[in-house]
Amino acid sequence: MTIARATTARREHVHRRATSRDRLIAFLMLLPSLAAIAIFVYGFIAYTGYISLTNYTTSRPDLTFVGFDNYAQLFNQRRFQENVRNLIVFTAFFLVTCLLFGLFLALLVDSRVKGESIFRSIYLFPMAVSFIVTGVAWRWLFTPGDLEPTGLNLLFERMGLDILKARWIADARVWPNIEVPGLKVRLWVPLAMIPVVAAAVWQMSGFCMAMYLAGLRGIPEEIKEAARVDGCSELQVLRHITLPLLRPITLSAIIVLTHISLKTFDLIMTMTGGGPGNKTEVPSLYMYELRFSQFNTAGAAAVATILLLMVSVLIVPYLLYNRRAQSVER
Amino acid sequence: MKKGQKLTRRQALKWMGLSAAGAALAACATPPATAPVAPAESKPADQPKPSGGKLEIFSWWTNGGEADGLNAMFEVFRAKNPGVDIVNATVAGGAGTNAKAVLQTRLAGGQPPDSWQVHAGRETLSYVNAGQLEPLTEFFTEQGFDKVMPQFLLDQLKINGEIWTVPVNIHRSNVLWYNPKVLEQAGIEPKFPTLDSLWAALEKLKAAGNVTPIAVGGKDKFEASHTFESILLATFGVEDYVKLWDGTDTMWNDPRAAEALGNLKKLFSYANSDRSALGWADAMTQVLEGKAAMTIMGDWAHGLGISKGLKVNVDYGWTPAPGSDAFMWLSDSFGLAKGAPNPAQAKAWLEVCGSREGQDAFNPKKGSIPARTDPDLTKYDDYLKAAIADFSSKPLVPSAAHGAGTTNAYQAKFHNTLEVFSSDLDEKAALDSLKEAAADNNK
Amino acid sequence: MARALLYCVMIALAFAFVLPVYLLVITSLKDFSEVSLNRMWDLPTRFSLESFNRAWNGGQGTTGMRGSFLNSIIVVIPATVISCLLGSMNGYVLSKWKFRGSETLFTLLLFGMFIPYQSILVPLVAVLSSVGLYGTLPGLMLTHIVYGIPITTLIFRNYYASVPQELVEAGQIDGAGFFRIYREIMLPLSAPGFVVVAIWQFTSIWNEFLFGLIITNDPRLRPVTVALQNMSGSQFTQWNVQMAGALIVALPTLVVYIFLGRYFLRGLLAGSLKG
Repeated sequence: MTIARATTARREHVHRRATSRDRLIAFLMLLPSLAAIAIFVYGFIAYTGYISLTNYTTSRPDLTFVGFDNYAQLFNQRRFQENVRNLIVFTAFFLVTCLLFGLFLALLVDSRVKGESIFRSIYLFPMAVSFIVTGVAWRWLFTPGDLEPTGLNLLFERMGLDILKARWIADARVWPNIEVPGLKVRLWVPLAMIPVVAAAVWQMSGFCMAMYLAGLRGIPEEIKEAARVDGCSELQVLRHITLPLLRPITLSAIIVLTHISLKTFDLIMTMTGGGPGNKTEVPSLYMYELRFSQFNTAGAAAVATILLLMVSVLIVPYLLYNRRAQSVER
Repeated sequence: MKKGQKLTRRQALKWMGLSAAGAALAACATPPATAPVAPAESKPADQPKPSGGKLEIFSWWTNGGEADGLNAMFEVFRAKNPGVDIVNATVAGGAGTNAKAVLQTRLAGGQPPDSWQVHAGRETLSYVNAGQLEPLTEFFTEQGFDKVMPQFLLDQLKINGEIWTVPVNIHRSNVLWYNPKVLEQAGIEPKFPTLDSLWAALEKLKAAGNVTPIAVGGKDKFEASHTFESILLATFGVEDYVKLWDGTDTMWNDPRAAEALGNLKKLFSYANSDRSALGWADAMTQVLEGKAAMTIMGDWAHGLGISKGLKVNVDYGWTPAPGSDAFMWLSDSFGLAKGAPNPAQAKAWLEVCGSREGQDAFNPKKGSIPARTDPDLTKYDDYLKAAIADFSSKPLVPSAAHGAGTTNAYQAKFHNTLEVFSSDLDEKAALDSLKEAAADNNK
Repeated sequence: MARALLYCVMIALAFAFVLPVYLLVITSLKDFSEVSLNRMWDLPTRFSLESFNRAWNGGQGTTGMRGSFLNSIIVVIPATVISCLLGSMNGYVLSKWKFRGSETLFTLLLFGMFIPYQSILVPLVAVLSSVGLYGTLPGLMLTHIVYGIPITTLIFRNYYASVPQELVEAGQIDGAGFFRIYREIMLPLSAPGFVVVAIWQFTSIWNEFLFGLIITNDPRLRPVTVALQNMSGSQFTQWNVQMAGALIVALPTLVVYIFLGRYFLRGLLAGSLKG
């Protein structure tokens, strides 16, 4: 108690002494980054937002203000509704699978196995490889074949695992195919999205593993030991001790994975191109087509703006939570 | 802006200096070389020749025969315009979208290349509308191109009464490629003058059950629409087919439009079910390997056959796509950028593009035929000779999937509509979106 | 028994992880005539490194990636170093020199991570050409550095958050100013943070495609990912050469992960991504 008070007192004292010069320097050091982000992020967002409200829908620049016409058109399109559904499905599946699978890998690697570092490297290496590189291999793996199986189906057949055969990225079905009044798309899961998620999880689960592994190693063994002495089973230790302590890591992983997921482009472009029938197309792909094939600059800008708004909806709560946590810490 | 102007002026001054020096040198030092055998065209003698300076050519020919062909054309250019530094700005990948992305970004950012590749015909419309191209009608007359290219082609090149690009080649889009052994085994003669003859053959193949009757791709986005344009031609006939692309939905309201979609649906019922996962090259490979009997694809599929070490008319055969023996063409061409940093060099480049020498250097390597009617036939293989013969004798119709008859904006929607149709087979939805998209063929 | 099961699961997973790369490798060793979906699992009939030769040196219409490899190195190394320094400085300020509104500024910086790059290409080219950096490697470098600011700042800020404020205060009591505290207290503690950020930036810049594609128009300045894409034809792609190229492109990042993977983990362990 006294020590704490003394520390606080000293802190007050030092803070008063901290020269305003140093504070100014600190701010000045931040300034180049702030300026760069102001231009390259906020300037460009403002530009994009502005274009999205104009009639710049052909190759000829036409900056007539048209209000929210472009947005209304987008939301009315079956294709864009599909895009949004696909992105939500992709992000949800990718996040959950990646976190769970990453945690699973971390628990495996953490269980004092021989050759731990080899396993760890194998699980981690996909992160180092670009999707431009592996997208094609994934497409081949998940091409089902017709009269004769190809890819994974062929492999399964040779291994006698016919039960695992599926139509993968050629499967245009949506499950459970719910019709919603007012929407032009059926909800929820386009089956062709599952292989795409698998490829994405392949690439990023190693990263989650590494983060969880770091977290696991950071939990003092004594706490777990104490719980075991109190009669907790391993599962209970995991549930009541380990997982709660890993929560901050999960939150960090979520922010990293979400930004990867929302920007996913290369993977889907090389693996499915958005097919079959737009079932794996996400807004970033459509935006690319609108801007560079249809020459609909304003439409593309509207998609970008909507994407950013979606990001905000997901990220702002996290950022607020983070800020509150920080201030509590202080 | 100011900076750009200054740069061009500086470059212009530099160029003037260099060309003056070059001219002086040429005048006193070079002995009059034996003139090469003059082609049919007459060249104005006072045309200034750039020597030195830069030339930036933008294309998506990065690899294989097309890159070799482009380089061969560069060689022709270099021989005529020594000292020009050619920047070969090529962009591949993403089924052409990457190239378009780069080009659009550069045009919007005020950094155009001197000359860029574009499909001849209606695809140039968006650049014309945006004021990004210089008209070339006069240039065509000057160079005599108007006398050596078929009239129909010149008509198709005209937009708002002017010609905007110089075509370097012609590809044929409506070709059916087949595996001769497979068809022979099934007792099918590889001639399909009507759609019914195709259905009969496909039915036979399906009943035999050991191969995919017709392989169709989808991964590259244009395979379904590519197949569809041949079906449209068969269903509408030459005259009405052309009217489909006039920028109105008149022809799409014709009952034959729905009939054509029905025909495509029927064709798909004989096709592989994993269409969306295959590229057209995968589909063609299945034909080459005898896993599938046939596929409808442009004549670049011939290039794939060659690069797999196979022989046309032996290992694989071809015939016009079912229902019409018209020649559905598409063409790669180059234009002159408005505000091109190096206009003199760019014009010299376009001269090479349209010349007999340039086209005969490019096309045999690329696997296409010249847009001129006077090629050196000895340079072309059997398939290409046959294509050259057909090009000058059959009715000619523009390809929709490859920009001869359609704008970029329209193509994107056309491809997507048919790609969706390939998986959900919903005729009404497809027809509606085709009608809705029709107006985009004016953008 | 449970142990055996554990190893079985881990080995099976390891095989699954390596599968796509196995496919890349066997395809790259084939002749183009052998490349087809139906024969994708078959081993090449004869062993040949010709694809690698063509991918690297070029030939038969293919442009080799040799030159582009150097371009990528020229861009990646300075961009990574500068990213690390900037991120570390920003993290230092935002964790140890908080001022009124600094949390808000941090949040605003962080938001930059989420901008979809496909939408900002046109203004990007306009801005870069207005400062004369369009079409140059420094322009590409600058772009990577700027868009790297959010994540590098995030990592360093969270990392420095675990450094006790008391250390900074002790420094201040000793009369150290902003820079001396950074140099003498923070930097010596920063190695794990630098490793994580450096690896992250190195791999993401090395693998980045879109900026490289748009910003460098001269083929002599292209980064390696663009050169890799350019090995695909406009009509068909010789997958054996493409896959060989893909493996070459992946090599540096793989080396980084295999040899520095341990430090990467140690950096994460040191808390740089917690919080």
